[in-house]
Amino acid sequence: MGKKGTAGNQGPGIRSDCFAALELKSSGGIEIILNSKVDALYKNSIQDLAHQILDFFQIKDAKLEIIDRGALPFVLAARIEAAVKVCLDSQEEFWLEMIPENKYQTRKDRTRRSRLYLPGNSPKLMINAGIHQPDGIILDLEDSVAPEKKDQAHFLVRNALRQVNFYGAERMVRINQFPLGLDDLTYLVPHHVNLILLPKCESAAQVQAVDKKISEILSEYDFDYPVYIMPIIESALGVVRAFEIASASENVASLAIGLEDYTADLGVPRTREGRETFFARTQVVNAARAAGTQVNDSVFSDVADMDALREVVLESKSLGFDGMGCIHPRQIKVIHEAFAPTEKEIHKAEKIVRAFDEAALKGLGVVSLGSKMIDPPVVKRAQTTIDLAVKSGQLPENWKEQGSDKDH
Amino acid sequence: MANKYVKNAVGRMIPEKINGKPVIPYQGVHKYKTTGRRYAPSLATCANYPEDGNKLVNDLKTALKKAGLKDGMTVSTHHHFRNGDLVANQIFTAASELGVKDLVWFPSASFPCHEPMIDYLKDGTIHHIEGSMNGPLGRFASLGNMKGTGVLRSHGGRYQAVQDGEVVIDIAVIAAPTADPFGNANGLTGDSACGLLGFALADSQYAHKVIVVTDNLVPFPCVPWQVQGNYVDYVVEMDQIGIPERIISGTTRITRSPDRLYIAELTAKFCDEVGILYDGFSFQAGAGGTSLAIGNYFGEIMREKGIKARFARGGSNQYLVEMLEEGLIDYILDGQTFDLAGVRSMRENPNHVNTSPFTSYNYHGKGNFAGIVDVVILGATEVDVNYNANVVTHSDGYLLHGIGGWQNCLFSKNVILPIPLFRDRIPIIRDEVTTICGPGELIDVIVTERGIAINPRRKDLLNAVKNSKLPIRTIEELKEEAERICGKPEPVKFGERVIAAIKWVDGTVIDVVRQVNE
Repeated sequence: MGKKGTAGNQGPGIRSDCFAALELKSSGGIEIILNSKVDALYKNSIQDLAHQILDFFQIKDAKLEIIDRGALPFVLAARIEAAVKVCLDSQEEFWLEMIPENKYQTRKDRTRRSRLYLPGNSPKLMINAGIHQPDGIILDLEDSVAPEKKDQAHFLVRNALRQVNFYGAERMVRINQFPLGLDDLTYLVPHHVNLILLPKCESAAQVQAVDKKISEILSEYDFDYPVYIMPIIESALGVVRAFEIASASENVASLAIGLEDYTADLGVPRTREGRETFFARTQVVNAARAAGTQVNDSVFSDVADMDALREVVLESKSLGFDGMGCIHPRQIKVIHEAFAPTEKEIHKAEKIVRAFDEAALKGLGVVSLGSKMIDPPVVKRAQTTIDLAVKSGQLPENWKEQGSDKDH
Repeated sequence: MANKYVKNAVGRMIPEKINGKPVIPYQGVHKYKTTGRRYAPSLATCANYPEDGNKLVNDLKTALKKAGLKDGMTVSTHHHFRNGDLVANQIFTAASELGVKDLVWFPSASFPCHEPMIDYLKDGTIHHIEGSMNGPLGRFASLGNMKGTGVLRSHGGRYQAVQDGEVVIDIAVIAAPTADPFGNANGLTGDSACGLLGFALADSQYAHKVIVVTDNLVPFPCVPWQVQGNYVDYVVEMDQIGIPERIISGTTRITRSPDRLYIAELTAKFCDEVGILYDGFSFQAGAGGTSLAIGNYFGEIMREKGIKARFARGGSNQYLVEMLEEGLIDYILDGQTFDLAGVRSMRENPNHVNTSPFTSYNYHGKGNFAGIVDVVILGATEVDVNYNANVVTHSDGYLLHGIGGWQNCLFSKNVILPIPLFRDRIPIIRDEVTTICGPGELIDVIVTERGIAINPRRKDLLNAVKNSKLPIRTIEELKEEAERICGKPEPVKFGERVIAAIKWVDGTVIDVVRQVNE
């Protein structure tokens, strides 16, 4: 009698979040006690939403207390649903409207210079993440969510995928470690998630299991958008098996490396110079390239030191990485700048792409620049450089029309 | 007590009388022009003052008695001590002990440290406050607990009201970090150093009686005399007039919030792209975290372009002082110092100049500095789709903030409001603002994290960004985006009673604040 369930956060310093406490009763109807910071402007809409959710789960008699610190509807709904799920054993899910902006798909070879980690149970950080224009945002269900909050984070992350506009960033989720993470997919795949990060990956079988589960869920809902996988190599064994992991599925878009766990596995401290991780990084880059995927570096954890970050990114780029993780939005700009091609690289790439266009126009099968023949991978690489240059504002989009090379 | 209401030029219903006095409704920018003569206090005669210049009296209560404190008088204070003021409360403690009733408190601003005034509002010592009310005082007034109606004015509007006799100050009490027995005083030195005393200038010149209170009495002469002893009736020495760490914040800090930094950077980029940041330009940015960051970004752009600013308007702080010392700014024209670096610079650097509401903002001056400034960065709690903005009330109707110099700064050549599109769930851009403090025709640009809206009146700015990559949107688009994220706000129902009037810079009433139903 009187099952109780709570979800969410309360207390000083909590903003853009709420706390929901539900108690099932046997009679008396629905009683909602609302204590909201935005009471004057949203009292009715909060109460309506609460009724709608209780109705959906066919709860007729209950007391629901909501302590609201300016939570947006997607947060309120997630917290209330999580409190309901503590009390009820129901497979039903209360889905909010999917905003049309979130239905985009990404390409396997899209630019992935920066990926911003966001704790999966902290709504405040999600709301404005997209304005900082990272290439990807990661809603994290793994390390940043305490074990007792894992369940409620499912609803919050799902609702964020449906309702938070990330302004074109690739929408990624880091699931929990295998095999626990397989269950996370139910809350992600039907909601246009673009990419799944698989932490502590140590075998091709893990990737394939994730891939299989994804395609099962997609077909269950009759969706056919791509959901890519980015396995994270974080252990000595993972490094050794990097190639088989990268080539485990067509859907592996990139291989990432996580150096905190890797150095722990080696039993050495992580240093700024990074000599202890050099082998792993080059090995992972090599494996990814061999398998034809992208490769992404770890995060840099001193969020105040932008100069050190810049150095780390430049080294990362020189080793062959395509991008890095960020744990603070201010790191994004530095990472994008450091991964941006140099003027010399752009200049060369322009020449190659022009030569390719010219050859195509003439119907020639072979591209040449001066007396040199150019292989297709070189053209592709040049195009990538151009794309990056356009993306980071170094070249105008219509650069081809802006006259040919200055030294012609 | 039926009060008739009339609609003013921004469409707000304004009562014909407030505190028993007739009200002039707002008529438009620069439409209302008072004629007549400046108000003057009664003549003084030096023969009535001690020949040796020693105006010391034993304590504040004695000084108030000698100044003739009686029922219904208006008593003024300044707010240079901000939340560290120890003097204002003592005035009304003394008045209450003397059994004086129905006083009007006329501060240049009030702070949370003035919460004890609630007791004096309750026991009838104070009838009402003409000045900003926030925190506990704001709540008290908003719930309709104040006997009279509050009147909020800008810094310039306060000077205007004193000059045209709308407010007659019977007794001014000027807390002074350093003073001599003649009454010369300044804010530059002493434990309670606050930089300058510009907000007390009108009070010293126009009050019938002036009391200077200090905890750092020096022998004559106290130089420089920011307040001239020739206006002063009595000098009181006290153990402590202010709490230094609350007077100045020690250090003011640039925001670390990535979202606010983003808005600050976008604002600076905008100013650069539209050509506001030219060699010899001038700017004013407040001491809030976002404003400080904008000043900082201005500095970066100036270094990169090799240009400097002719002057910056204070509130000064360490960042502005560093720019002055680096040579990025020729002059700081300062209205109040926000930190120790500001106080030191004002004391030592002749190019760090103290100003007053008279020089900066006064409507009755033969011009003032506000219009000379190229760009001013201001805040707001709400902006409507016609660019009218609110700075005094929260969206739930509670008094939140004073007007300060905000209205006066709207006369700058470019007025930019960098604000988040919503705070928690509260959208900032609304169909109608809760309280209109500034007319939209004076507000040029809103910079939010989700786009920049330019007032359609500013065709020049719209032209300047035509080929720009900046995220330019219409204000309606921004409002819609906020409402999609937050939901459409429900209308707030207020009580009938008017609890405060919002004055425009010319003394007309631009809006009123109504009682909040708890």
